[in-house]
Amino acid sequence: MGNYLLRRLAIAIPSLLGISLILFVLLALAPGDPFGELASNPNIPPEVREALRVKFGLDDPILIRYLHWLVAMLHGDWGFSFASRIDVDQLILQRVPTTLYVVGSSQLLALAVALPVGVLAAMRPYSVFDQIANTFAFIGFSLPTFFTGLLLILIFSVNLGWLPFVYRADINASGWQWVWEYIKQAIMPVTVLGLFQAASYTRYVRSAVLDVIRLDYVTTARAKGIGERKVIVKHVVRNALIPVVTLVALQMPSVFGGAIVTDQIFRVPGIGSLLISAILANDTPVIMAVTFVFACLVILFNLLADIIYGWLDPRISFR
Amino acid sequence: MDGLTHASPSVEAALSPRRHERRFSPWREAWRRFRRHRLAAISVIVLALLALSILLGPLLWPVAINDIDFTARLSPPSWDHPFGTDDLGQDLLARMLYGGRISLAVGFAAMAVGLFVGTVIGAVAGISRGSVDAALMWVTDLFLSLPQLPLLLLVIYLFRDFLKGLVGPEGGVFILIVLVIGGFRWMPVARLVRAQFLSLREKEFVEAARALGASKLRLVVRHILPNALGPVIVAGTIDVAAAIIAESTLSFLGLGFPPDIPTWGRLLFDAKDYLDIAPHWALFAGGAIFLTVIAINFIGDGLRDALDPRKVL
Amino acid sequence: MIERELRNQIADVRAGRLSRRSFVQNMVALGLTAPMAGVMLTQSGVAMAETAFPYKEPPKAGGGAVRLLLWQAPTLLNPHFAVGTKDQEACRLFYEPLAGWDQDGNLVPILAAEIPTKENDGLKEDGLSVVWKLKQGVKWHDGTPFTADDVVFNWEYAKNPETSAVSIGSYKDVRLVEKVDDHTVRMTFAEPTPFWADAFVSAYGQIIPKHLFAEFIGGKSREAPANLKPVGTGPYLFADFKPGDTVLGKRNPSYHVAGRPYFDTIEMKGGGDAVSAARAVLQTGEYDYGWNMQVEDEILQKLENGGQGKVSFVPTGNIEFIGLNFSDPNVEVEGQRAYYKTRHPLFSDPAVRAAINLLIDRASVQKFIYGRAGNATANFLNNPERFRSKSTSFEFNIEKANQILETAGWKKGSDGIRAKDGKPLRFVFQTSINSPRQKNQAIIKQACQKAGIDVELKSVVGSVFFSSDTANADTYSHFYCDAEMFQTTMTQPDPQFFMNQFVSTEVATKENKWQGRNISRWQNKEYDEVFKQAQHELDAVKRAAMYIKLNDLVVDDHYILPENNRLRATALKKGLVMHESGWDNDLWQIANWYRES
Repeated sequence: MGNYLLRRLAIAIPSLLGISLILFVLLALAPGDPFGELASNPNIPPEVREALRVKFGLDDPILIRYLHWLVAMLHGDWGFSFASRIDVDQLILQRVPTTLYVVGSSQLLALAVALPVGVLAAMRPYSVFDQIANTFAFIGFSLPTFFTGLLLILIFSVNLGWLPFVYRADINASGWQWVWEYIKQAIMPVTVLGLFQAASYTRYVRSAVLDVIRLDYVTTARAKGIGERKVIVKHVVRNALIPVVTLVALQMPSVFGGAIVTDQIFRVPGIGSLLISAILANDTPVIMAVTFVFACLVILFNLLADIIYGWLDPRISFR
Repeated sequence: MDGLTHASPSVEAALSPRRHERRFSPWREAWRRFRRHRLAAISVIVLALLALSILLGPLLWPVAINDIDFTARLSPPSWDHPFGTDDLGQDLLARMLYGGRISLAVGFAAMAVGLFVGTVIGAVAGISRGSVDAALMWVTDLFLSLPQLPLLLLVIYLFRDFLKGLVGPEGGVFILIVLVIGGFRWMPVARLVRAQFLSLREKEFVEAARALGASKLRLVVRHILPNALGPVIVAGTIDVAAAIIAESTLSFLGLGFPPDIPTWGRLLFDAKDYLDIAPHWALFAGGAIFLTVIAINFIGDGLRDALDPRKVL
Repeated sequence: MIERELRNQIADVRAGRLSRRSFVQNMVALGLTAPMAGVMLTQSGVAMAETAFPYKEPPKAGGGAVRLLLWQAPTLLNPHFAVGTKDQEACRLFYEPLAGWDQDGNLVPILAAEIPTKENDGLKEDGLSVVWKLKQGVKWHDGTPFTADDVVFNWEYAKNPETSAVSIGSYKDVRLVEKVDDHTVRMTFAEPTPFWADAFVSAYGQIIPKHLFAEFIGGKSREAPANLKPVGTGPYLFADFKPGDTVLGKRNPSYHVAGRPYFDTIEMKGGGDAVSAARAVLQTGEYDYGWNMQVEDEILQKLENGGQGKVSFVPTGNIEFIGLNFSDPNVEVEGQRAYYKTRHPLFSDPAVRAAINLLIDRASVQKFIYGRAGNATANFLNNPERFRSKSTSFEFNIEKANQILETAGWKKGSDGIRAKDGKPLRFVFQTSINSPRQKNQAIIKQACQKAGIDVELKSVVGSVFFSSDTANADTYSHFYCDAEMFQTTMTQPDPQFFMNQFVSTEVATKENKWQGRNISRWQNKEYDEVFKQAQHELDAVKRAAMYIKLNDLVVDDHYILPENNRLRATALKKGLVMHESGWDNDLWQIANWYRES
């Protein structure tokens, strides 16, 4: 196992380099340019636009630009935002806490809902509880988040007036008031994201539990007189966890990467909204930095998932 | 551990196919079990009705989808407009019927692409070891980390005109959309399938089949894959919904169908700002997507139970 | 003829028979800008009106907080780098120009003591120099006094190409800015400049402090710490800035106008979409001000019904129009499509253009899409003799369009599509992705269908459509398409820049990387001549008449089909009073905003 881990980590570096090269080329080739907005402004002579392009090195060959970027990145220089004219790492760091808080809580919520509901539903397939859980899950993933978000706003902000729907990073309060305000404004984005996620998780958990719950060893365990609770937790869930771990590992990078749709609807100043506005403004250094960190996390968490498989089912061997 | 497999029925099935043939063919057995799954059977009918109505509906309800009537804007359902109208006074029933063809076709085709690619990559990675697995997982990780929006813009930029020339505007856009949505949704399937394979390939029944001299292909197709279908079916049913909705986002990037073609996802998107003014607009589009999703999911459940060698029902 | 009309109108204003505001409105309807109309009046001896802004002092306990919501977030706080209006608005909290433009085209002094005129010797007859007198006793937020040196510095800073300021266009043609004394500055132009009120005025005229930026002129401009922590002369002191999210300010107790500003703190939040921004102001009242409400008027009206706030509209010079391609986008000549020497196979027939002009249902588009936020003023130029009438009439007439096409020999085929000489009347019509524009497209497509014209709609995502990417054929300036629709904004206070988009030398080609501003490739000798004359005309009235002439030339040829003159919509919570102007930023008078109890 240790050997395997070392090998995987060793591969991770060249594979990250490869991914970064592909990302860079992709962004360089993608249409649009960071100074497009200047083009529609007749007050700005084309020479200025040209000068800006030269200044930011946009006219150099792609590979040279990539090498520049790589060398700078290795030195800890993340680049310089065209749109904000400040360093990219500053921009990103400002938004990390909010993203971790909102997307992180929503992932926890999703798991907290999906695990028990999925297991219970699978224990009694086609019971009333199972049907209700399924129906909610179907509603959950057939309605897009842009829609449910708006629905919640209309209900809880407009009609009932209970919750604010504009997320504010600076809250003018202290003590418990501050904490409460922070929780209050996160309720809707976290709910929308969390329940959307929970809907599909529930289905996966249910399916995975169904796959193992009627296996003979479970019956054997019951026959041995082990309590139902213990049977489920120790024998069923553990074996059903492999797909769940896979899914969670797939979702974890987004705790950093943020959620674009909810960031937009609720104006959460997270990485998702930074990314989307950077993309719309063709602010390549910001896009590159965010996606690269995202790529690192994807690789890291998928590696973690592989390790957890081995722990869940010791017979899995990586040779 | 828990002795997961020593008496697994699939071992039995794998070892003695002849006994099954004598009683029922496995397919007939599956069909019998599928029919017993009442919701699944109803869902098949519902889905068939949906498909039939979008295919034949425009003949029975021959109202033009783009007939603008400013006097009947945002009117709620009535005899003239059974589903009401949108903000240009266009008939929503006609639009739903027309857009449904595209939405359903895109939903199913994209799901098929996603599932197929995901299953093949996941299975190959799961059964092979070492460098093939590593390479395939690298590709998966790469696709997971690609930023979708710039990539989509690049795809439009590079391929739209090419495909348009190749198969005509509508067909070209359709292929492009299906490939793009499918191409962005296979990664979770691949990882799920691979994870199942990692565990299944060490099981005794696989060991036994291997000992009996089964080829790798036969191992995968006949023995491992059927046992790994659970997450695949769930992923497939979720992907249909996701694809229908994703299509609407694509048309906002200029990648989808021309802006005047009312797909369900697009109707829902257009309707969202009028949710408190004209709720009927969103209701029917949302309802249609929901109905489709629910039907597909029950069918998925039915299939799963029917094909499951362990007989849950 | 037109010049005489103009002089008559000016005489009417002088005699008080015509209000200043109506005069400005007439000029705007003719395609001029309000600032230009204002200059015209001043030159003709009608003094600029002294705009008075109603204001109430805050209560003893303080004016509290005011919250502004923009659906695009400010990304930087240096006015010389402020590309979008969102950034300019944010800068306006902390920085101020010498003067700003009010709704009626009057220059209103802000950091200037008075507006330069001939009477106060600020303006010279030759149009070569302007003298600005600065307000005394103004201090930067850090206590340093504001002087003529700061003004001179801003010119040096912005005109330096190394600085890469986007305000360079306003400063590069000023030959010299010199300090006369601590509170007097003289600007000298290389050529007689009829429109002098560009540098130091309005958005790009905001003055940054020399003592903080002197070291960061030229190539080092991006390193200035004050880029992110502005120190200005404005009514609010900088408190916090999160690029792409929020700007916070607090009351400047030693602001140079007594008793102002009203509010203790100000918060500017960005991001999201326009509809939900409207909700946050009009429905839930979480915010006091909603910027640029580009929302279907129908939704706005429903939201206003709640009584929490209302939407106010202010006229601008922005025009939404449809451009027909002068050149042929389908053949490739000299390595480019839509080469300016080719002619469009369909649109080169004037009958087709005239028919399409009749097929644009401007009234319905205005009524059902833009509502109060637009004026369907397009057809005024077809009837020059009626140009003073405010009730413009234009036609939407499918029958007449059919007739014109029939007479010109375009006959309907079996598929209902007209054709002539084997060329079917079928074209592709593109625009950016934006829900009102897509509805607009649908309306035009349907009308064309009824006249036997088949229109294929195409929409391109805004960040691509409006980019200057030379490699992408989907940009509006490539115009590899038959027709396209977009909005031309008239942020610049003078029509000279605006009208150069139809000059032959400006045609967009591969050679100028499609950065030429004449995107429709329309060319006309007479136009080029008149444009050249107007550039050197010092008499404001003659000059205005020339621009009106230019407008007529363009529009009468039906290649450019104006559709809608847009108004800027702003959502305001009940009680908040702002002073808007379509010729300056929304926040240009932020110091005079207040709340009615």
